[in-house]
Amino acid sequence: MNNPAPNLSDFGHDPLWLSIIKALFIFVFLMVGVLLGVWTERKLISRMQHRYGPNRAGKFGLLQSVADGLKMGLKEDLMPRTVDKVIYFLAPVIIAVPAFLAFSVVPFGPMVSIFGVRTPLQLTDLPVAVLLVLATASIGVYGIVLAGWGSRSPYAILGGLRSSAQVVSYEIAMGLSFVAVFLQAGTLSTSEIVAKQAGGGTWDILGMHIPTPSWYVFSLLPSFLIYAITMLGETNRVPFDLPEGEGELVGGFHTEYSSSLKFAMFMLAEYVNVFTVSAIAITLFLGGWHAPWPISIWDGANTGWWPMLWFFGKLVLAFCFFVWVRASLPRVRYDQLMAFGWKVLIPLNLAWILLAATFRALRLPEVDRGGILALGAVIVIGAFAIWLRFDTTNQRRRERKAAEVEEEFEQLREEPTAGGFPVPPLDLPHYHGVVPAARLHHEAKEVTSGSN
Amino acid sequence: MASMDGYFGSYVVVVVLLLIGVGIFAGGLFVNRMLRPDRPTPEKLMTYECGVDPVGEGWAQSQIRYYVFTYLYVVFAVDAVFLFPWATVFAAPGFGMTTLAEMFVFLAFIALGILYAWRKRVLAWT
Repeated sequence: MNNPAPNLSDFGHDPLWLSIIKALFIFVFLMVGVLLGVWTERKLISRMQHRYGPNRAGKFGLLQSVADGLKMGLKEDLMPRTVDKVIYFLAPVIIAVPAFLAFSVVPFGPMVSIFGVRTPLQLTDLPVAVLLVLATASIGVYGIVLAGWGSRSPYAILGGLRSSAQVVSYEIAMGLSFVAVFLQAGTLSTSEIVAKQAGGGTWDILGMHIPTPSWYVFSLLPSFLIYAITMLGETNRVPFDLPEGEGELVGGFHTEYSSSLKFAMFMLAEYVNVFTVSAIAITLFLGGWHAPWPISIWDGANTGWWPMLWFFGKLVLAFCFFVWVRASLPRVRYDQLMAFGWKVLIPLNLAWILLAATFRALRLPEVDRGGILALGAVIVIGAFAIWLRFDTTNQRRRERKAAEVEEEFEQLREEPTAGGFPVPPLDLPHYHGVVPAARLHHEAKEVTSGSN
Repeated sequence: MASMDGYFGSYVVVVVLLLIGVGIFAGGLFVNRMLRPDRPTPEKLMTYECGVDPVGEGWAQSQIRYYVFTYLYVVFAVDAVFLFPWATVFAAPGFGMTTLAEMFVFLAFIALGILYAWRKRVLAWT
């Protein structure tokens, strides 16, 4: 076993039975993962809010999700009279099935031996594996749109539109945050990206050899931070959980899927998506199945079945991060969410790609460094000039707006009915702490509830 | 069964996973149909509008903005996908400087697209 890390040429040789075993393992793993994940989330967030959380079904409430799942499987399933029956039925399937597909390219570990066949601990790998992940995420959006459309209810269609606009917006930023990783790794194949993060190089500076950390989270920190934000937006999790809003949209796109197995499929897809984006974060940025530093000193840490343990450990930690964020942050407003995605994340991402590409080019052999630096300088100055121009325009617009509002207030102060709305006078006495005489002398009679 | 080797062998496995997924969910829905009670009443089958009788035919009109954002998505997602092959060959010998300059021009065009949408107030919500 000279090189345990698999590459693309190790795939596509599995006998069919082995592929089916691996595929079934992925399903079972994700199903059990969702059951335990829901329990973990509820338990963890309860402790963060000084509650106990589920503690009735089974020891520590462990069977709570099983009980909920059984209940959903056995409840009456309503198909409202007005819905588009085919689309209404298909939407949960369209959202749930692709959610599982992305896991087919997630590397769980290196080459192992299963029943005498040497095979990588990964269902399959493609030269465009990460693209497959993005593609399956996009198919999931169809499920959201169709559920909203097929339900034929104002809440559902509004929730569906909102959710899909959010997910596609954050998907662009997500795709862009991968580019720097591909620049470093030179490949889109997940197993090779993981292999590239195996050992750090050394950085020769002033005659010293400083070992560089091998995980891309260190060398490409801005990409990772942007990805971490987009993965919350992509999976509709707090603080970007706007598709559901009890006060405005009820359940959003799944309002009409009252409490049946179809609703359970939406829930399942949501949690599987959380696992998927976590697994992608681990694969692209957090070293994949490689052992973290103190453990990696042990030579056997990255061989055999051990890496699967490190992978699961990272997955659990990533999931706990989602729960932690949910417990800590309030949700953002929808216009802020979209503005953040389009006006901050995407431009930042583009700038970072330029910067990362320049750094990468500088470190290539046989390249004209002076030329690259000149190019970089032109870009930086140009970007700064555009930003400056933009900023002054924005500033001017903001000042004009503020002046307009101030003017309107001025007018309203003089003539309260000017706006055309039947507003109460803005200078009523009780605004200034003056109690009306009637209330002061108890002349008003109390009206008990229930009387007319 | 076709050979699992070769370029499409890896995709065959993805299809196997897809079929298993469809099978599991179709089976689940079928079992659910067999086991669950089914006693619909007109009230149960009404669209949920927080307890009041539903108004109109269901679909509500909504803002055009969602549609515009989908358009923007198509533009930028396609652009982003163009970056992927570039990123993979970037460090290969024979590319280097030219590739870098070309991609800077390309990214400038993308950035121009965002700036245009921004200027046209498409990205603002109110």
